[in-house]
Amino acid sequence: MAGRKLPAAVIGVGQTHHRAARKDVSMPGLLREAIDRALEDAQMTLDEIDAIVVGKAPDLFEGVMMPELFLADAIGAVGKPLLRVHTAGSVGGSTAIVASSLVQSGVHKKVLTVAYEKQSESNAMWALSVPIPFNMPVHAGAGGYFAPHVRSYIRRSGAPTHIGAIVAAKDRQNALKNPYAHLKNPDTTVESVLASQMLWDPIRYDETCPSSDGACALVIVSEDEAARSSNPAWIHGTVMRSEATTAAERDQVNPQASRDAAAALWKQAGITNPLEEIDEAEIYVPFSWFEPMWLESLGFAAEGEGWKLTEAGETAIGGKIPVNASGGVLSSNPIGASGMLRFGEAALQVRGAAGEHQVDGARKALGHAYGGGSQFFAMWVVGAEKPSN
Amino acid sequence: MSRTLSAPITVAFDYTRSTGPVVGRFLEGLRDAQVVGGRTSEGKVVVPPPEYDPVTHQQTTEFVDVADTGVVTSWTWVPEPVKGQPLDRPFAFALVTLDGADTPLLHALDVAGPEDVQTGMRVRVRWRDERVGDITDIACFEPDDGETRLAALVRETVDPVTGIIVPIELDYLYAASPEESLFYSSVAEGKLVGQRCPTCQKVYIPPRSACPADGTPTAEEVPLSDSGTITTFCIVNVPFLGQRITPPYVSAYVLLDGADIALLHLILDVPADEVRMGMRVKAVWKPREEWGTTIENISHFAPTGEPDADYETYKQHL
Amino acid sequence: MRDVAVVGFAQRQMKEFDGSPTCVELLVPLFAECYEQTGWTRKDVGFWCSGSSDYLAGRSFSFVQAVDAIGVIPPVNESHVEMDLAWAMYEAWIKIQTGEVDTALVYAFGKSSAGVLRRTLSLQLEPYTMTPIWPDTVSLAGLQARVGIDQGVWDEAAMAEVANRSLTDAEKNEHAIRSGGSSVEELLARPMYADPLRKHDCAPVSDGAAAIVLAAEGKADEVCERPAWISGISHYVDSMSLGTRDLTRSPSAQRAGAAVDLNGVEVAELHAPFSHQELILRTELGLGDDVRINPSGGALTANPMFSAGGIRVGEAARRIWSGEASKVLAHATSGPALQQNLVTTMEAR
Repeated sequence: MAGRKLPAAVIGVGQTHHRAARKDVSMPGLLREAIDRALEDAQMTLDEIDAIVVGKAPDLFEGVMMPELFLADAIGAVGKPLLRVHTAGSVGGSTAIVASSLVQSGVHKKVLTVAYEKQSESNAMWALSVPIPFNMPVHAGAGGYFAPHVRSYIRRSGAPTHIGAIVAAKDRQNALKNPYAHLKNPDTTVESVLASQMLWDPIRYDETCPSSDGACALVIVSEDEAARSSNPAWIHGTVMRSEATTAAERDQVNPQASRDAAAALWKQAGITNPLEEIDEAEIYVPFSWFEPMWLESLGFAAEGEGWKLTEAGETAIGGKIPVNASGGVLSSNPIGASGMLRFGEAALQVRGAAGEHQVDGARKALGHAYGGGSQFFAMWVVGAEKPSN
Repeated sequence: MSRTLSAPITVAFDYTRSTGPVVGRFLEGLRDAQVVGGRTSEGKVVVPPPEYDPVTHQQTTEFVDVADTGVVTSWTWVPEPVKGQPLDRPFAFALVTLDGADTPLLHALDVAGPEDVQTGMRVRVRWRDERVGDITDIACFEPDDGETRLAALVRETVDPVTGIIVPIELDYLYAASPEESLFYSSVAEGKLVGQRCPTCQKVYIPPRSACPADGTPTAEEVPLSDSGTITTFCIVNVPFLGQRITPPYVSAYVLLDGADIALLHLILDVPADEVRMGMRVKAVWKPREEWGTTIENISHFAPTGEPDADYETYKQHL
Repeated sequence: MRDVAVVGFAQRQMKEFDGSPTCVELLVPLFAECYEQTGWTRKDVGFWCSGSSDYLAGRSFSFVQAVDAIGVIPPVNESHVEMDLAWAMYEAWIKIQTGEVDTALVYAFGKSSAGVLRRTLSLQLEPYTMTPIWPDTVSLAGLQARVGIDQGVWDEAAMAEVANRSLTDAEKNEHAIRSGGSSVEELLARPMYADPLRKHDCAPVSDGAAAIVLAAEGKADEVCERPAWISGISHYVDSMSLGTRDLTRSPSAQRAGAAVDLNGVEVAELHAPFSHQELILRTELGLGDDVRINPSGGALTANPMFSAGGIRVGEAARRIWSGEASKVLAHATSGPALQQNLVTTMEAR
């Protein structure tokens, strides 16, 4: 006997100018930049917010344990309910999902959620690679972890080796249209990407996400509160799925948790043909080859065929399934925020508020995040119309 | 189950924090031997100044100089100081409301014993001689006997304070699980031992306290060969902080014969660009006298020269 | 709102756990106990959520290893908060309210013995002006205790009474790390540790893990004779600043209590790692002398980090299951000096 999720909508999206190091602000300042933009977008004040959900990846990045406690003052959480979610790299997405469930459950009507990372305070590679006794420190950060699986994808799919470069060039060019994006490299082309150094063969330097300081905030409200916005992004579906780090059956190229999450999501959102029905997809692509890999896993393409969509230009703005019109994780990667940026950018698309990187007529969009060893998945579908079910 | 293996590990980094304008202003003051508070919308002078006003939520813009003398409003004794605290002999932590401020500041108070401190006593800042714009520019508080003293050397403000460095070093005793301990103890004797999950029958190496598929503890020991097949790999070219192996090196998943899960290790004794998926490799052990309870007893894996394994035999592990 | 009940609970506590900091070895038997209590297998659990801290374990993503303990093939609907079990339970309660799932199993673990807890917790503080002088948790609690004593809100005898009652009750709790009551006089005669706190005024530092099972109406009655129905749950947070707070009060605890109906509460499990904090909570929650406080012995006798708050829920729920009580309250706290608080009431039907 299941209840029904109440309607919920995003009426405010805010983010910081993502940079390698935001030396001009403190941590509270970084969050407030995103929060204040989201509140302004929603035409709300901090005092009107009922509850706040903070998301962030490992505390070691900033060296603050449970930072929501000290941030409570700055983000207006004093006297309110405050939660802090941490699901590794997918955290920005799962945080948005926890926030939306506060509204969908009927417990709160106006929820502010913010996810951030101020990686420049330490060094992301160090925080991800602290050696564990008895083990061998073979990993070389996230890139070193994923590179062997990218090699597996290339082998399994037979994809030509320049596909990753197409993705990287596309995302970096898209970023030029996003005022908040970290990397602004107008000279990035497929050729220049292919000429860049191999970092973890087969992943090249220019196919790799940057390390960014940044934050993203969303205001998620109930149906009656959404009436104050002329263009709410209605939440059509939210799903989280997790699997093990190392299990004998794992497929790290096309993880079961990813497939299960996508299937459950399309079902919730009433989508039977994602390629036709989704107008823009913000997919978590930290290393360029993840675009074709996730296209397959999410059901936009059959297994082994995802790279063909990329090669044909269908994932560019104007193509059949624009992916990462915002520039994606490849252009801005404050790890804790990256998932929420995907969710937020999807919302901006269906609200017609994505500015220069708007996909014309986008009515339904996907926000996607993953984390850990390709084991944690959080995704949502947002739409310009209220869901019919 | 054998007793678990443990080893110390230190997690340390000198965090570089940007302070923003409000905390920066407070710290600039400290550099100049001046304590600065912030006035809130309710008219209170708060030290240190809150970055955002508790009522209006706007950034604090009104700063007020307060005295470096004041009153203890609460205190507690610290009998066993921990690393990093302002004093390494027993001391008091105190909340001190400085003259001119409405709320107290937390810092150390240097007195010989708890009998020398009480709520309401007057104290003053002991300034560090060399100040940089950090809370530790206040070395601690000390009793204020009312005597005038030489003003701490005040340096004229030169640059705004925009950042601080906070070294954070934590020592841990890391313990392996009983299954891992068994594994590493075997490795210490030159043996690779996996464990089989009773539910799904898969052989895990290193063994797990719970089979990730089913949650059942893996228990049955399965000795494994130290030969195997490379399923997939990458060539690491990038150096990074904390790295212990010099790039370029090949990091590969090696599926040991008999195991159902691949082990991540190094491939050497072959040019990196000649490493292939499916390559047959064998462990090269370090000299016995260098062995410990660690997988590093295996220096690396090297090609055996056998023909590559057929793609079909390992593709399900990709 | 959907009716949700606590229908299962398991805990393991020890002074020092010699296993790995992700406590997988502890969790597997706890899940087995939960399955035994409910008759379920892992496939019956709709949603999983855990609470833990990377800094306690000394490694990033420490919760990830623990996910292995679940058995995650097929993949599961799972989340994690870097907070106490009680807040993981809150996230799960919310998930059930959305109707997406009907059942949840939440768990938490913490191996404080891996580091120096009171030093590690300095990292919870404001990073610019507080953490750099490493104020430890005991000192922060001591500062709070002193304010109450100075202002006459409580005294050392009242604190000793809390400790004595807790130690006495702990004699009946197999999980307690400390036990053995004596008398207020005897406790007051013991030496000061961190003036004004004596050792028994401070929770012991220990390791442990716990798990709680939630089920919605329809499912709860299938697995439990007398489910502990959650009749209210709320949480709030206060400012971190020790300067601007009235340290003798915990407004967020008061707000959390005011948001639920506390009338008729017979038993209250309060998460008070320091004796004076129980006095604050009793006042903020308006608990009279007729309410039995911490029959488990409370946090003063065992306070495994990240599960201690959730353990209050389990210990309170048990009193419903046993028929001892019909309405109970459980409280959890996080942050220095009762900064953040969660309150839940559970009732028999």
